[in-house]
Amino acid sequence: MRRVLVLLPAWAWLLAFVAAPAVILLGIAFGTGAEGVPPFRWPFGPGLAWQGSFGNLATLIQDEFYRDSLWRAALLAGSTAVLTLLLGFPMAFAIARARRGWRVPLLALVLLPFWTGFLLRMGAFIGLLRDQGLVNAALLGLGLIEEPLTLLYTEGAMLAGMVHAYLPFAVLPLYATLSRLDPVLEQAAADLGATPATVFWTVTLPLALPGVVAASLLVFIPAAGEFVIPELLGPSDALPVGRVLWQEFFSNRDWPMAAALAVALLALLIVPIRLFQRAS
Amino acid sequence: MPRWIAALVVMLLLPVVGQAQPVLNIYNWSDYIDPYVVQRFTAETGIRVRYDVFDSLETLEGKLSAGRSGYDLVVPTSEPTFARLVRAGALRPLDRARIPNWANLDPALMARAAAVDPGNRHGAIYLWGTVGMGIRPDRVRVLAPDATMDGLALLLDPRHAQRLSRCGIQVMDSATDVIPSVLRHLGLDPNTDSAEDLRAAERALLAIRPFVRAILPSGSVLDALATGDVCLALTYSGDVIQASARAREAGRGVEVAYVAPRAGAQLWFDMLAIPADAPNPEAAEAFIDFVLRPPVMATITTHVRYPNAVPAARALVSEGVRNDPSVYPTEATLAASFVATTPSQATERLRTRLWSRFKAGR
Repeated sequence: MRRVLVLLPAWAWLLAFVAAPAVILLGIAFGTGAEGVPPFRWPFGPGLAWQGSFGNLATLIQDEFYRDSLWRAALLAGSTAVLTLLLGFPMAFAIARARRGWRVPLLALVLLPFWTGFLLRMGAFIGLLRDQGLVNAALLGLGLIEEPLTLLYTEGAMLAGMVHAYLPFAVLPLYATLSRLDPVLEQAAADLGATPATVFWTVTLPLALPGVVAASLLVFIPAAGEFVIPELLGPSDALPVGRVLWQEFFSNRDWPMAAALAVALLALLIVPIRLFQRAS
Repeated sequence: MPRWIAALVVMLLLPVVGQAQPVLNIYNWSDYIDPYVVQRFTAETGIRVRYDVFDSLETLEGKLSAGRSGYDLVVPTSEPTFARLVRAGALRPLDRARIPNWANLDPALMARAAAVDPGNRHGAIYLWGTVGMGIRPDRVRVLAPDATMDGLALLLDPRHAQRLSRCGIQVMDSATDVIPSVLRHLGLDPNTDSAEDLRAAERALLAIRPFVRAILPSGSVLDALATGDVCLALTYSGDVIQASARAREAGRGVEVAYVAPRAGAQLWFDMLAIPADAPNPEAAEAFIDFVLRPPVMATITTHVRYPNAVPAARALVSEGVRNDPSVYPTEATLAASFVATTPSQATERLRTRLWSRFKAGR
């Protein structure tokens, strides 16, 4: 009985803020657009009479545009996860092996960007990358280029912004795992004649694997729905699902279609979460 | 009475006391008022103003469509948002008895706005303008010396666009404000429902797509013009004029000029309107009446460089702004201009598709 009482707030929270919104979203996805406030009709009319439509789900599956957007989102989130891991692992490793007094200040440095607003940091990226921006000014000043390079509104600018924004989410779980890893194990392997590379591949990395998985999920899942960074830094044709969803909701005012996309994204994100649960 | 009960009673009474001073929640475009006007309104009426801004119609419409936005006064553009909000019943009819300064409005302009709001029941024109091109004349003259700078050919002729792509071309991300102008340039009906006409517009846009660097919200286009990152942009008149003023202030030799297409510019109106569920519509009506006073309207136009619909205010606008033909269009431009009407649902779907293909470049 006591256990139920303790868990009650958690269950109530999940019900109110996760399950209920998901059910409402699913309901809207089966609705139809209509002029009014709000601009759609629920799938069930008075007396629970069915007035909904499966059209949105059919469009999602049939129309390449939407399938592509899901694929592009997975690709963007995947490349962001890989890049943040490649950058974040050495950082986390260095912090974990730093002298005791250094660790907290170094971790604080990783978290420091959060002290500034997210949009402000993206604005700073625009200032750096635009034609008359700092990067081009520096390259022109050094005589390395003749004309400004087009840096802003490219795939590269978008990836740079993504990696910058999500790096701390990779470093923290990696640090948590690596700092608990006992260096004695590595010393033992070295004593037995293993080269540093062998030690890393056979001892350090396998032991750090839970951290690597956690880090890639913590980056991949929010990055898959990201729309602000592609909108601000990416090219006009970079249309991951987050941006398409925004367009359906705001530009086309097609709330049912937007809801259907959100449900599809949710369903696709459950797959990696389940894999993680099985792995750990 | 124990002290905590007293504290509780005071806390419960606080919201009531708070309501004694009325609050007006305004939701307007960014950079679209003289802040002094809001101060003076509060000083005169005792109504506190909570002023919030948006930079795209989509954001405004999204909030109003969800209902209970909490705003008392909003400023949607006549077509498409204001028209749609009127049809959806999301706006409250204005009580003209509370807005005596309504008489100051230009009947000719109000008649054009009535195309989407029969009888002008739901909105008064706040400011208005045209859709046209912001250009850096010095750059254009160097890169495309044979181009005339008075029509959309500068943008829509691939030969010109290709050469100008070297100094940067941007188009604002707004299908409703770009497609009609393109149709008009092609000699077609800007409000056409014909799929064939729309295909012609699509071909014209796709032909220049490789030379367009970015399709961005109008606020970002304004920034790019002001910093000199682009030398040709299709956007709202007032945004170009603001960009031009900013570029002058920065003093880095960037000169920006506005050109309304000679073949006919699209006219638009931003309407002062009250959401149907506004908590304090009386305060909103008081504010509408306040800004429709000629001296107040003149201050706003001087500050933001968009023309207003109060003829008596024109003489009070600062001289530089009043005589600038890119602020107040000439009679000829006005005569050739057109107003967009609401497309049918089928046309709208075609336009949306056209626009996403233009943005994606395929």
